[in-house]
Parts: sequence; structure tokens; C-alpha cells
Amino acid sequence: MQKLGYLWDTFSKGIFKENPVAYQVLGICSALAVTVQMKTAFVMGVALTSVTALSNLIISLLRKQIPSNIRIIVELVVIASLVIVTDQILKAFYYDISKQLSVFVGLIITNCIVLGRAEAFALANPPLPSLLDGIGNGLGYSLILILVAFFREFLGSGKIFGLAVIPQSLYDAGYSNMGLMVLAPGAFFVIGFLVWLKNCIPGISSEQEGPNQ
Amino acid sequence: MIELISLFIDSVFIGNILLSYFLGMCSFLAVSNNIETSTGLGFAVIFVLTITAPANWFIYHYLLAPGALSWAGLGHIDLSFLKYITFIAVIAAMVQAVEMVIDKFSPVLYTALGVFLPLIAVNCAILGTALFMVERNYTLMESIVFGAGSGTGWMVAIVAMATIKKKMRYSDVPDGLRNFGITMIVSGLMAMTFMMFSGITL
Repeated sequence: MQKLGYLWDTFSKGIFKENPVAYQVLGICSALAVTVQMKTAFVMGVALTSVTALSNLIISLLRKQIPSNIRIIVELVVIASLVIVTDQILKAFYYDISKQLSVFVGLIITNCIVLGRAEAFALANPPLPSLLDGIGNGLGYSLILILVAFFREFLGSGKIFGLAVIPQSLYDAGYSNMGLMVLAPGAFFVIGFLVWLKNCIPGISSEQEGPNQ
Repeated sequence: MIELISLFIDSVFIGNILLSYFLGMCSFLAVSNNIETSTGLGFAVIFVLTITAPANWFIYHYLLAPGALSWAGLGHIDLSFLKYITFIAVIAAMVQAVEMVIDKFSPVLYTALGVFLPLIAVNCAILGTALFMVERNYTLMESIVFGAGSGTGWMVAIVAMATIKKKMRYSDVPDGLRNFGITMIVSGLMAMTFMMFSGITL
């Protein structure tokens, strides 16, 4: 029972308590670029979750074999290979989306979350918790990604998952989409306000004082 | 020539690697608290990008691109799927080599840039530039200019951010927005400013 509780903790910590984007400020690089539409954000989330989960699993299995002075190179090779596989799968089955994601699938390699989890968790823990930790952190990242994409797509083009949700009558009455949200600054503003919101809700915030990590 | 200048301006301002493609955010957020370190890191990024962009160009066009191996009589082989792993290895190796060369020949420069060089190897801006270079089919000359331009753009953004943060110490930011939140909103405003440059053509 206690074991199960520990595993659940490992898993859920990445989604809520230690969400990589919101609390540890990791992986912002790609978090913003793919959030113009929910569809791309969703695919990116799935891709990152699978890469983080599998890289954590593999590195945890290899953790006793990896000499510590070349561990970064080994980790990068494992991650890069997984990213190549992900990219090839996307190209084979979802060609349109892979075109829209363009270079950002490749940039999963340098996403701080993947390397960060491998360094901080997988190198010191057995395979099963590592796998769960990877999935948890990946889902935490996807959650933020989809949330940001929701606001940007809804406000910026009046759609959710590509379906128009704002009725035509509203447009006729003078409503117009907020073009700023589709552009780069929109992503910065949405993340900034989401963090503000998170910090204002008492109980879920564990913000530390001091400069950003 | 005029296209190259135009490409440079485009990569510094309109297509700023940080503010419009969001690359290199992690070190941007971590280092922008101090103007001197931001400047140092900025120069290191320009340096590494100007070297790695053409190096990756050669590797891609003579080893990886479809038909690139025709000089060895293996024109039917397409290794372009290996580009991620090759680029990251090239970048890491180049950074290491640059670090050793600087250490040997210029201790002054080494003390200024040394701490930042290992950090740069995993900076998304470097890999991103290499991948954009492939995606947009740049020539060798264009890739050098694009590398230098992206680096300069990144440095302009991080130094500006460090300066604004210094000024902001005296302003009354709402509690929940402190640190990360306000940094994001200021970056958004900066991104808007940089967008004003779009439409400029030479």
C-alpha cells in the first residue's frame, strides 16, 4: 500500500506540485512556439511525454553502467535517438502536423525537462518510478501547453481544436478575434497571466522567493 | 550582398530567435538578472552560433542530405533523419573544442566566457538555428550570416531584458507577478516592439 502511494506521488508530483513549466520554469522554449493551435500543442505534448517517459526508463535501466563523467553524452544520445524515432513516426502518420511543428520536434532534444528529469531522477532511481516520473512530468508540461493553446486559439481565432465556437451572430454584432494572441507576444502574455493566476489562488502556490532558476 | 544584409537584419529583429521563436528561453530566464553576465553569455552565443552554423551546413550538405554522399558514389543514400543526433554532437564537440582553444590562447577571454560555454551546448537557440538553416535551405554564406544574426538578436534581447530587470527593482510589481510572471509580460512587450521592425526591406 505504501509502495503504491509512493508511486502515485512520483507520478502526480510532476503534474501538479512540481509542474516543470509552472514551478521549475523548465522547457519554456518549445512550450510557447507550438501553442497557436490546440492540435499542435496536443501532439507536441504527446511527443514530449513519450520521449521523457522512455528516456527516463532507458537511462534508469542503464544507470549502473553509465560512467558518471560521460553521462551527459549518454543521456543526449538516448534522448536524440528517441526524438528521431518520434519525428519519423510523426512524418509517417501525421505529415501535416509534423510540417506545422517544423523544427520544434527536433528541439525536444534540448528541452530542459527531458535532460533535467534524466539527470535529477532517472540516474538515481529504479526503472518503474522513473517511468512514472517521466510520464508525470510530460503530462504536467502538456497540461500547461494545452491550457496556453486553449486561450490563444480561443481568443486569437475563435476556435477550439479547429472547430469554430464563436457564433457568426457575435461577429456580426461587432466582435472580432484578437490578432495579438496568434502572434508571439500573445504567448508571453498568456503564460505571464497564468502564473499570476496560479500565484493568486491560495494553497496551490509554493513559490520560493529569490531569482528564477 | 544586399540580400545578406537584409537576412541579417531580419534574423536580429523581425525573426528574433528568442522573441519570435522562443528559443533559448531557459538561459534567458536564468541569466538575465545581471547585465555583465548577460553580455558575456550573449557574446559566447554569437561566437558559437557563427562557428556551428557553417560547420553544420558542411556536415548536412556533404554527409546527410538526400544525395549528399554522391561524392563517395553513394548518391542513393538519404541520411537526413540523422540530423538531430549529428547536429547536437557537432555542437557539443565544437563547444568543447572552442573552450580548449580559448583556454590555450586567450586566458582573458576564457575567464570571461569560460563558464558559459558548457551551458551553451544545450541551449535550444543553437540547435534551433541549425535546424532552421536546413529547413529554409540556406546557402553557406547565408547560413553564416543567419548564425551571426541570430546570435546578435539573442544578445540584444537578453541584454535589454537584464537592463529592464535592473530598472524594475524600483517598481511596485503585484505580488503574484513577481519574478517569472513579470518577466514573461515584459518579454511579451519586447516581442511587440521587435515586431515593429517587420516590413522593413532593403
